Amino acid sequence: MTTTVEPEPQERLQAAFDATIARHDRIEPRDWMPEAYRRTLVRQIAQHAHSEIIGMQPEGNWISRAPSLRRKAILLAKVQDEAGHGLYLYSACETLGVSRAELTDLLLTGRQKYSSIFNYPTLSYADVGTIGWLVDGAAICNQVPLCRTSYGPYGRAMIRICKEESFHQRQGYELLMTMMRGTDAQRAMVQESVDRFWWPSLMMFGPPDERSPNSGQSMAWGIKRNSNDELRQRFVDMSVPQAEALGVTLPDPELRWNEERGHYDFGEPDWEEFAAVISGNGPCNAQRLAHRRAAHEDGAWVREAASAFAARSTEEEVR
Amino acid sequence: MTNGDRREWPLYEVFVRGKRGLNHVHVGSLHAPDDAMALRHARDVYTRRNEGVSIWVVRADAITASSPDEKDPLFAPNGDKVYRHPTFYEIPENVPHM
Ligand SMILES: [Fe+2]
Ligand SMILES: [Fe+2]
Repeated sequence: MTTTVEPEPQERLQAAFDATIARHDRIEPRDWMPEAYRRTLVRQIAQHAHSEIIGMQPEGNWISRAPSLRRKAILLAKVQDEAGHGLYLYSACETLGVSRAELTDLLLTGRQKYSSIFNYPTLSYADVGTIGWLVDGAAICNQVPLCRTSYGPYGRAMIRICKEESFHQRQGYELLMTMMRGTDAQRAMVQESVDRFWWPSLMMFGPPDERSPNSGQSMAWGIKRNSNDELRQRFVDMSVPQAEALGVTLPDPELRWNEERGHYDFGEPDWEEFAAVISGNGPCNAQRLAHRRAAHEDGAWVREAASAFAARSTEEEVR
Repeated sequence: MTNGDRREWPLYEVFVRGKRGLNHVHVGSLHAPDDAMALRHARDVYTRRNEGVSIWVVRADAITASSPDEKDPLFAPNGDKVYRHPTFYEIPENVPHM
């Protein structure tokens, strides 16, 4: 596509951008945008995409050992969706002028991060249920407001993703409900899984607002619509009655309804643990990246063969 | 009638973005001698009443489409994968926000 645009002074471009943001309108790929806005989006969308892709591993771990064909088909479909989510997001990111190869490289060399939650292991099949309920539940809390993010392609990717996430959360909750109707051992397995995943799920919303220096700018740009603490509170308020209905306890002695605030009070996640996991020292960081690197390298011959085949077909057409 | 150039101009497919935030949607097609003229014609033919904020034109011969015969092999396998839909899972009424 080529069009000619009259050269405009920087201030007019900035003013037009600011006005679009102020109207809560969307910025589209061919619009002028400040370099810092573009950089922030590239980082956020890429890390979101990496999270979807790495996020296939903890659950993928159980596909070959699903307890029934029904559960296996469901888990396979869910993990397949997460691959799709990664692809929607990488494509949205590429509209900002980065290539897929660069993004892959940034992940594989550890220069870009992904969500801390996927560095925890999945130790039992109950974890598949807990991840669907809490981890996908937290992701939904994060992602629903992102459907109205200021960058058009990102918002549209989020709309597609949110539609699919509902199945993820419900299959997880239904799995846990089924186990809770089972034996004492199964109920204990669910509780043990919830105990391990509750705090890491709260950390998915990022550090507390006063220690999240870039949040203000992201909100001013309309990239983020809610603060980390707001979303974390929303998640806790939604999860408590769900836990009650399920018959599990959430592992937080400080968790109680606060009539005055109209919200649940809850304890502080271990932010030191969060910092350690984010900086590469979680239980599975090395394993996750090594697996992703191996998958990429092992797939190289497939990419090369497809390119060679395509090149030969074009050659034959020309002849 | 002159005996000028009787070759047809190539066909272009036209996509219009109704407003910021929405996808470009296919609205129709037109003939034009080149890309730039196709964009101009698309503006005149398809957006005379403020229908859009952005136009894409793509040469029709650059589009690869599935054929109607492929409908079954492509889409039928989804039919029995009802577990991909949230409504497949029964969650009791008393569980909120799900
Ligand atoms: Fe996802
Ligand atoms: Fe998901």
